[in-house]
Amino acid sequence: MNPLVLWFHKLGSPPYFYRFAGRWLPWLYALALIAGAAGFYGALFAAPADYQQGDSFRIMYVHVPCAWMGLFAYLFMAANGFVGLVWRIKLSETLAMASAPVGAAFTFITLVTGSLWGKPTWGTWWTWDARLTSELVLLFLYFGVIGLYHAIEDRRQAARAAAFLALVGIVNLPIVHYSVIWWNTLHQAQTVSLVGPSKIAPSMLWPLLTLAFATHVYFFASVLARSRVALLELESGKDWVRTLLPATETLHD
Amino acid sequence: MKPGSTSAACIALLRRDLLLVWRRRGDALNPMLFAIIVVALFPFALGPESAVLSRIAAGTIFVAVLLAMLLSLDALFRSDLEDGSLEQLVLSPHPLALLLGCKILMHWLTTALPLIVVAPLLAQLLLLPAKVLPVLLTALALATPLLSLIGAVCVALTVGMRRSGMLLTLLVLPLIVPALIFGAGACNAAQNGFAYSAPLLWLAAWLVLAVILAPLAAAAALKISLT
Repeated sequence: MNPLVLWFHKLGSPPYFYRFAGRWLPWLYALALIAGAAGFYGALFAAPADYQQGDSFRIMYVHVPCAWMGLFAYLFMAANGFVGLVWRIKLSETLAMASAPVGAAFTFITLVTGSLWGKPTWGTWWTWDARLTSELVLLFLYFGVIGLYHAIEDRRQAARAAAFLALVGIVNLPIVHYSVIWWNTLHQAQTVSLVGPSKIAPSMLWPLLTLAFATHVYFFASVLARSRVALLELESGKDWVRTLLPATETLHD
Repeated sequence: MKPGSTSAACIALLRRDLLLVWRRRGDALNPMLFAIIVVALFPFALGPESAVLSRIAAGTIFVAVLLAMLLSLDALFRSDLEDGSLEQLVLSPHPLALLLGCKILMHWLTTALPLIVVAPLLAQLLLLPAKVLPVLLTALALATPLLSLIGAVCVALTVGMRRSGMLLTLLVLPLIVPALIFGAGACNAAQNGFAYSAPLLWLAAWLVLAVILAPLAAAAALKISLT
């Protein structure tokens, strides 16, 4: 078998994944910390103040990466949920459910920083602009997935139902993304784009991209850490957990 | 029509559900009553000025109708689950999505249709301008099936839970927000004398998509929660 495919199959096994994630976690956290520190240095000291918004535009460096992560985490959750539902891979269900609270946290931070940013620039904490509203809807979708996951007793059935809900909710993601084009009111239009030149100065752009990288790495580290704990709980009766954590047995006796 | 064929099964299911609703026809009036009460509360809260009321009329009616439908949604599969006929539906040789489509149609006929019938009365209570009423009715006719369809998927996921009411609201409302935006948006556009066909067409397009996909999704969800 192709070594990459073999590795991928191995990764689906909970004990292998547990060890794999444990090996990678410190590196990912360290990378996120370093990239985050470099990004924040660039954002708070190196980047010049905006000619219109002054220093308040620096909230963007938290707001925008978190907004991207809120969407990315939802995509990651839905993709893993899809894999879990179709191929019945336990690990994918675990990963999907582990990414839900992280994504919800990022979305919440996006809303909070957005309203902090809105006060000095728009003069109001909150406005019923389409993009803000869609972000709020995204947060509620996360809450629905988390709520459904915790409302069902059987863990695997709960994960499958919540993953299915995430797939249904993915209809909302294009609406979130394109709403800025459809109902453009107060929120500024997109300034960073993958294709074509961005409408933002390079000295302002690189901290943003560094921070976006840092949040992605942090997201994966956090999801791996959460999945490790979830796997231990899910597989608590299995041999590999018993050999790994002999202390828990004495606790139960 | 041959007994045992899929169409015969669908008709039998529709007839049974209609009969069940007819035997307890008092309950079927509850959503209507709820919507009237909610709408009647707004003038008490906002004052009887006709200008204010007619400006918020369409949106208020939309919200009241959606809430009233939501109230009846968690009963969609409950009695079937309790007497075991839901499992028989899942086990039957006929396509589950089609059978669930029949149940969703029944839900729409027994809760949304009365609400649409009572909508002109609600519009009068809130002094909606007469020229907006046809737009409101069209928007409701397009948006309520969407709620039945999307709601059925969420109900299928929460079926068998003890207290699913609040959770169901949390699941359904974010998914149904675009229906509210487009539906109420069309009414507001008509009220202000703008073109209103675009949001209605969006609603219709989404409805076409939901009619095809939602029964399939509901069937898949039901299989997840009944295992």
